[in-house]
Amino acid sequence: MSAARDDILGGIRRALRRGPLPADTTAELAGRVAAHRRNLVPARAAALDRAGRIDLFVLMVEEVQTTVARVSSEQDVPAEVARYLAAENLPAELVAAPDRSLDAIPWETRPLLRIRRGRAEADDAVSLTPCLAAVAETGTLMLASGPGTPTTLNFLPDTHIVVLHASQVVASYEDGWDLIRARAGLSPNPPPAPSSPSPASGGGQGGGEAAAGGSAHGADRVGAVGPQALPRTINLITGPSRTGDIEQRIQLGAHGPRRLHVVLVEDAPRQG
Amino acid sequence: MEPTSHSFPANARAGLADPILQTALGLARTGFPLRRQQAIARLPEFEELREEGRAIKDHTLANLDFYLELYERNVTAAGGQVHWARTAAEARAAILDICRAANAKIVTKGKSMVAEEIALNDHLEANGITPVETDLGEYIIQLRHEPPSHIIAPAIHLMKEQVADAFRAAHTELAPARPLTDPRALCDEARTVLRPRFLAADVGITGANFLVAETGSSIIVTNEGNGDLTQILPRVHIVITGIEKIVPTLEDTATLLRLLARSATGQEFSSYTTLSTGPRRTGDLDGPEEYHVVLLDNGRSALLGGEFQDMLRCLRCAACLNHCPVYAAVGGHAYGWVYPGPMGAVLTPALVGVAEAGHLPNASTFCGRCESVCPVKIPLPKMMRHWREREFAQHLSPAVYRSGLRLWVWVAQRPGLYHALAGIAGRVLGWAGGFRGRFRALPFAAGWTAVRDLSAPEGRSFQSLWAERQRREGRR
Repeated sequence: MSAARDDILGGIRRALRRGPLPADTTAELAGRVAAHRRNLVPARAAALDRAGRIDLFVLMVEEVQTTVARVSSEQDVPAEVARYLAAENLPAELVAAPDRSLDAIPWETRPLLRIRRGRAEADDAVSLTPCLAAVAETGTLMLASGPGTPTTLNFLPDTHIVVLHASQVVASYEDGWDLIRARAGLSPNPPPAPSSPSPASGGGQGGGEAAAGGSAHGADRVGAVGPQALPRTINLITGPSRTGDIEQRIQLGAHGPRRLHVVLVEDAPRQG
Repeated sequence: MEPTSHSFPANARAGLADPILQTALGLARTGFPLRRQQAIARLPEFEELREEGRAIKDHTLANLDFYLELYERNVTAAGGQVHWARTAAEARAAILDICRAANAKIVTKGKSMVAEEIALNDHLEANGITPVETDLGEYIIQLRHEPPSHIIAPAIHLMKEQVADAFRAAHTELAPARPLTDPRALCDEARTVLRPRFLAADVGITGANFLVAETGSSIIVTNEGNGDLTQILPRVHIVITGIEKIVPTLEDTATLLRLLARSATGQEFSSYTTLSTGPRRTGDLDGPEEYHVVLLDNGRSALLGGEFQDMLRCLRCAACLNHCPVYAAVGGHAYGWVYPGPMGAVLTPALVGVAEAGHLPNASTFCGRCESVCPVKIPLPKMMRHWREREFAQHLSPAVYRSGLRLWVWVAQRPGLYHALAGIAGRVLGWAGGFRGRFRALPFAAGWTAVRDLSAPEGRSFQSLWAERQRREGRR
């Protein structure tokens, strides 16, 4: 294997007619990577204020066959979920992410709603998850895996409901990367560059557990990573599953969810 | 798969005579370009983004060794494993080893053109492992035992009736009389049949649209969600991809993502863009326990530093296929290997040799649409011309063509003789064309006149009109 590695890297250098890069060049390249310099970010969302960003997010996400319900506080989430399930003719039963950002939702106000917390199993029809951020530019939800946010919830059930706080709506993917780096313990703008405040830090999904590493109680090859890694899976979700593979006629629900519903909570995000 | 690119002329004739293919291509011809145009019209910065995308890829390729090593370090730090493969055979062997170590019986697959390039399915089957394609288009062509005809829409050459026939033949456990007349029913049936396979798979294999050096992440961009089910449910996730997919940072990736979906399907963004970094973490309730990346060279590094380096910028968006008049006429199978259309006409000779694939760079009208829609500005026509030059230099083209071309070069290098001969030919053809002004048949030009008339020259040549105009203006 390492012979192949040496041959490929050697072949690259030979083709580029040079040897290994000199130290000052590699330092320069490492600096380019560490700087996380943004390229051109389209003005579409970057130029908007908070309310404009949220409106654009709703507009873009509705364009891709996603429904949005705006509620004024977490108190209203159970009623909205119950209403949505009834309206779609779905059973009042769902699997919710065990993430603590969903703990404050007063599910007891809807005792007929049966809720299990955990990962999704094959026969779960409806899931409910928090998200890390939402990108206004294209109506894209950002979800990161972690102990409280298993990825199967985003793909196995036929219907996926996402609880999004208005203050989690950012303009661009780049704003989302900053949030993800901050959460993984990677500084969004590492030294020597001064660190700039990330937009809407502290929102919803997960705590710091995913990046904690250390004492593994699973199989020992699993999870033993340093604090510098991204979450195992980051999903950028823009609308429900779709395919155009037969005669280019779009069908929803190819393999992932057929329905995607966003409950947009207008209040500030819960901290921690 | 064994390339049949050397039979492009016969393949193309078969494609032109296939009514089902022609109907299917008719749908593609209008749909993709229109949706792309609409998406780009909504993003005023698109042209600037293309320029930035080109620059990001060029920078990465110029320092590819640095970024590959950084990527490998970060994959390893996140608990994953990188396997380097010089050739298709090495990549197949690495994947088979991982599958065997996992004691795999069923392997699910997300759509991967590199897996097609290394003919992975045949190799797994020959070794007692069942590969299951899960992208709807890939699943359909796997059932039909044929290669993809398009790099993002593998079954674009089929109509729903062929899909229904394939499903009836394969899904014998279902009621034979069930209605399968519309795409919705077909899609639902595929979902129902494939769901238990997802859950039963021991290993999931996906490709990668990007590899992020900064984080050691692989990225897949899909619409169906099949790639995600493929990689989160089995115990082992294998990524197979080419060394040129490296991008330095997440910021650079964002720029390329803004170009990709708009160029490919005309979507603002694909439904699912997924970053995978290492195996599942402590406390995670799902996700694979092992994460492997197989990095394939297979002739790519040899393209660096030469006239074909620009091809390594390719994002595999298929915009060049979707806008190519030749692809739209003959379909993807005519190209005889994995990569069709303009990008295939440049890449295939590089990967399987110009002796096998020399016809492909000749199958172009040089209309230039491919280059004008490429999200990273790959000069495809120029590179097809380079292949034609190499084909000529290596004495691979037919003798008649070569001596004809040599004669023309000899004449063209002597302007006086050239103009004299052109003047004579013009007058003779103009006279012979008579009052109809066109020819139905002409000696030595049957290739042209077999399918259309040749207009006879009228009046004087451009050269002589131009010379006269210069003289007139000189007098003034």
